[in-house]
Amino acid sequence: MHLFGVLFQLAWRNLWRNHRRTIIMLSAISVGVWAMIFMTALTRGMVDQMVVDGIKALPGHVQIHNPDYLDDPSVNNRIPISDAELQQKFATGNFVAWSSRVKVPAVITSERDSRGVTLLGIDPAAERDLSFVKYDEVDGRFLEDANDKGIVIGRKLAATLETEIGKRIVIMSQDPHNEIADRGFRVVGLYTASTGAVEEAFAFVGKSTAQKMLGIVGETTEVVFLGDDYRDVEAVYESVVAEVDGSVVVNRWYDVDTYLGTMMKVMDGFVLVWVVVIFLALSFGLVNTLVMAVFERVREIGLMLALGMKPGSILGQIVIESMLLLALGLAIGNILSWATIIPLESGVDISFVGKGMEMIGAASVLYPKLNLNDVVLANVVVLVLGFLASLSPAWRASRYEPVEALAKVG
Amino acid sequence: MTAVRCVDLCKTYRQGDQDIKALDHVSIEIEKGGFVCLSAPSGGGKTTLLNAIGGLDIPDSGEVYVAGQRIDNLSKGDLADLRLRQIGFVFQAYNLIPVLTARENVEFVMQVQGVPAAERKDKAHAILKEVGLEGLENRRPAEMSGGQQQRVAVARAIASRPALILADEPTANLDSKTSDELMELFTELNEHHNTTFIIASHDQRVMNYANRLIRMLDGRIVDDIDQRAA
Repeated sequence: MHLFGVLFQLAWRNLWRNHRRTIIMLSAISVGVWAMIFMTALTRGMVDQMVVDGIKALPGHVQIHNPDYLDDPSVNNRIPISDAELQQKFATGNFVAWSSRVKVPAVITSERDSRGVTLLGIDPAAERDLSFVKYDEVDGRFLEDANDKGIVIGRKLAATLETEIGKRIVIMSQDPHNEIADRGFRVVGLYTASTGAVEEAFAFVGKSTAQKMLGIVGETTEVVFLGDDYRDVEAVYESVVAEVDGSVVVNRWYDVDTYLGTMMKVMDGFVLVWVVVIFLALSFGLVNTLVMAVFERVREIGLMLALGMKPGSILGQIVIESMLLLALGLAIGNILSWATIIPLESGVDISFVGKGMEMIGAASVLYPKLNLNDVVLANVVVLVLGFLASLSPAWRASRYEPVEALAKVG
Repeated sequence: MTAVRCVDLCKTYRQGDQDIKALDHVSIEIEKGGFVCLSAPSGGGKTTLLNAIGGLDIPDSGEVYVAGQRIDNLSKGDLADLRLRQIGFVFQAYNLIPVLTARENVEFVMQVQGVPAAERKDKAHAILKEVGLEGLENRRPAEMSGGQQQRVAVARAIASRPALILADEPTANLDSKTSDELMELFTELNEHHNTTFIIASHDQRVMNYANRLIRMLDGRIVDDIDQRAA
């Protein structure tokens, strides 16, 4: 411990011996750390938003389906457990929300145009916490109950179909006997979503109305469960699995939406690669600074060895100097990141590239997210790789022969 | 009792195409409490001999004993430990650590030894007073004259009361008055603390202070004079 004291004192004083060089290096480390954390927060915010939007676009965290439904999401592949039985099984479950629904492909036709959509027969009360649709912000009104005879469609779909609130449209699908099942609905509301693609994809009707239209009264095609955290859905998954048998399949959201699941995993990898790449650029400066510092102090190092300091202590001194430089740079970089990200957390409008963002399924408002894990990762990578980078010049310094080092002309 | 014993030391350096014999079968024995001056013209081998005795350089052949312990076959770590605990060094070019104050430079060896802070502060203060630097404790080397710096180096060398002090041309960069003061200080330490001094120098004043004068030429001892008898 006493030795650490003297090594720390020497390292700290030596650090400020050449103010200018230290300040330049500190600036480089600080900006590098800031770039690591800031860029990570931007991309993390974007991907998180995509995942949250994706999950809100109806998959929930865990789902139950007929085993063939995911390959063929038609009315023929219904859940072989009645809706009443499902209500009984999961009514007392420990979920944030859950709902059973009818979800089938359909064609929607106005007097002007027609489009393929996903028809959702829902119970609006049960879906409130599961849906991306904010009921209070719907133009017109949202569905009132499972028996509601109206239809709610997206604003963009309405524009495409050249229809509006109060007008009638026709929904056409297939019943279990492969016959046409169709019905006219009056548009009662228009919803807004984060992207136009979502606004064109889904049409909402009452669950009972949809069941009657399709001829599957008391039956559903999908059950959705929501837990506390989309990153950890195991508890929800286990409790759902415990209630059902092999006649249905239970999936986590990332099994159903593999694109979003992969995106989340890729993001974790991307953060690590990004942090390491920036550090590699920084490490050249760091090693150069340390090599210069050692080169300028050859005689002093020789003197300390001559006075009885062991080579390991010389190595320790250079490593501590490097760690001090990195720690200071990290502290400044972290503060800079915090100071720049927090004011932007309420959202950055990037609507000027909104079309491009929509193509990758992202919204046109970016919410940077300062994730503690990412900050810790950046700090750990800088310290660990910085330690490794400083070993070479430190090792070199510790290998000097005292006589030769003392003879160097300073 | 013998403080230092060298047996048949040889050391050859390569300089360009030439082999320079820095030590050529040198054998000496120095008693504890001795005040010895190694004198030689430049390249005569005195610094090489001093470095071999201090464990800073390993001879090609021969044996070196310090306080009865053979040191030429010790590991780097053991040599560092020997230098830390038994030998004080004073170099020609002051060789202070520039980022430390005078007091911190004096404390440095004690700090590495693990001497408690309060004890080493007291010792450093007392020794700096002893070498006439009271009041300059908090100055850094760059803020002191050459003579003052050399006194700090001496204070550092004697602070932990080593049994042996090796000084390489300690007066080379000092004026005559400061040189005399330094040699008086060495003499006093030698007499009062029975510290063994081996000083490499070709300064006549240093030679005059020494009890024993060993002259070297081309890596060999050519004369060994007991000056107390003279």
